[in-house]
Amino acid sequence: MKNRVLKAALLAGLAVSATLGFAGTALADGEKYVLIHHSPDSETFWNTVKNGASLAAENVGATVTFRNPPTGDLADMVRIIQQTAAEKPDGIIVTIPDVETVGGAIEDAVAKGIPVVTMNTGTAEESKKLGALLHVGQPEFDAGKGAGERAKAAGITSFLCVNSLFPNIAGQQRCEGFAAGLGVPLGDQMIDSGTDATEIANRVKAYLSNHPDTGAVLTLGPMTALPTIKALKDTGLAGTIFFATFDLTPEISQAIKDGVINFAIDQQPFLQGYLPVITLTNDLRYGVLQANSVLSGPGFVTKDNLALVESLAGKYR
Amino acid sequence: MTTTIGADERVKHTSTVRRALVRPELGAMGGTIAVFAFFIILAGNTQMFALDGIMNWSTVSAQFVVLAVGVSLLMITGEFDLSLGSMVGFSGMMFGLLAVYVGLPAWAAIGVTVLACGLIGAINGLLVIRTGLPSFIVTLAFMFILRGLTIWSAITFNKQPVVSGIADISAGDPVAWLFGGKALGALFAWLGEQGWIATYTRGTRMGQPIVDGIPMLIIWAIVMVIVGQWVLTRTRFGNWIYAAGGDPQAARYIGVPVARVKVAMFIVAALCATLLGISQAVEFGSAASDRGMMKEFEAIICVVIGGALLTGGYGSVIGAALGAVIFGVVQQGLFFTNVESSLFRVFLGSILLAAVIANTYIRRAITGER
Repeated sequence: MKNRVLKAALLAGLAVSATLGFAGTALADGEKYVLIHHSPDSETFWNTVKNGASLAAENVGATVTFRNPPTGDLADMVRIIQQTAAEKPDGIIVTIPDVETVGGAIEDAVAKGIPVVTMNTGTAEESKKLGALLHVGQPEFDAGKGAGERAKAAGITSFLCVNSLFPNIAGQQRCEGFAAGLGVPLGDQMIDSGTDATEIANRVKAYLSNHPDTGAVLTLGPMTALPTIKALKDTGLAGTIFFATFDLTPEISQAIKDGVINFAIDQQPFLQGYLPVITLTNDLRYGVLQANSVLSGPGFVTKDNLALVESLAGKYR
Repeated sequence: MTTTIGADERVKHTSTVRRALVRPELGAMGGTIAVFAFFIILAGNTQMFALDGIMNWSTVSAQFVVLAVGVSLLMITGEFDLSLGSMVGFSGMMFGLLAVYVGLPAWAAIGVTVLACGLIGAINGLLVIRTGLPSFIVTLAFMFILRGLTIWSAITFNKQPVVSGIADISAGDPVAWLFGGKALGALFAWLGEQGWIATYTRGTRMGQPIVDGIPMLIIWAIVMVIVGQWVLTRTRFGNWIYAAGGDPQAARYIGVPVARVKVAMFIVAALCATLLGISQAVEFGSAASDRGMMKEFEAIICVVIGGALLTGGYGSVIGAALGAVIFGVVQQGLFFTNVESSLFRVFLGSILLAAVIANTYIRRAITGER
């Protein structure tokens, strides 16, 4: 009974994808890779990953398709991984947002004999344990710590961590890393900002009016950075309060230029998309594979090295 | 169309006090008082009730109010619109793309967006009426369609899901100011000079008032509540709204154009979402394809706290607005206190439950249902 339902669902899915023309992308010679990530549809960041992966695929004559749970639900992501493994692509590139949740599905894909490269979230250790070839990413805690150390060098002793990834462990690790870099306990310096622009801006204002001696602000991505820039401009703190953010967008580059943001922590998503495709292709075609995982970040983008980054922002950086 | 009621044995006599008190919005009033009391005790000595703090939670509440007005009218006609959150993102994105990529001036981009989104609201309504499907289902479909179109169009025309550069285009545009500007700036500047309101003591804006105007969204919210409540309780059309949701069949028999009323309310709800979408785009200078996520449910929650029934035919605009204020104050209030900020969801859920239970008792007192 259950099987029949599943078959019907699969058939329906196939019918839909066929009508939409996604089924007709098979190339005769190129390998078919699938990149599965955990973010909802609207994150700017993943565009850069896609650009990197697409460029690499183009360079080697392979194809790469992208899949993600539309709402960012990890349970949905597990289904997508299982579904993809059933299709037996030549390689899977996947994130590890939470090893407990998605680990099993990734292990199953590896067991099916599909080469897997993990990227973005997760750690090299987790990747190894799951049997993936390697991991391309930025260790969250270390990235936060590196940023915290830079802030400490500027004489900062307290900060506000604007966390919009609240149920996601990565956000917590970044905030804790920053606190560790400063050498202070995190305590209640992290707020659950929600995801609505107005609410984020006003919560930042509320916190700062309540803690007027806050020395720095850390935002975890463009979703929180842009409303926070506005909140600081509104309250006249822009440029006076130390401001670090994760990831880059044209607006964040502009804010670095204006002196509102001190630096952006760039985990170089381009590499996170580009390298796994190259790694898989080299492994499949020539049987060569580097022996270690890749740290794609943290790279720090400041006023001094902004020019090149800016010319590529949103496309390759 | 009023006749004075004399001493008629068929009319049950109720005291004036009871009539004044027992209203659909009574539960929301009690809730509002309780929430404010809670925060005055907990955060009375913080910035929460200073002028800038008040502006802070008022702006967030105004977001909910704007949606809740449309949703309450729609829910009283017995329909839902789950596509409103997506409509917030869609309208902002449409306005952004028209302004940035097509190169329309801000006022024209806003005009086209309002027309298009009103039309989508009408399509929603007509589909519900024509197919006879529950609006829950039809608008659920549109929730995905609109969100998908928003993301697709952003990626296609803009190469990334956030369209920026709206600030330069909308600067100095009177229509854009209506949506994302601030009113009474001169008055606040003068108050600041007089030393009657707080000014900045550090940073780049020293000497300027901390609150430099009332965000237009708050003005919109106030006007919409007044107009909405007046239409609902003081006009024939308001009676039609109640009738269409209370008992559509009976309403049709006595000549109420139920279909037209419902479609009109779908359009109103869509326009409320459009107002919010364009306001956010102008205020932040960018349109992001994930704006408005979950807003449709938040609006429904506000309306339900405000005493409306999920089945239609009962509710009030004032109640919905109070529900929205409760929502906004709770959302933001905890950030002024030192309470763990992720607890606001727990708090919201508890209030929702308490309000709904209270509303049920109040409604029974009014309508005499068992």
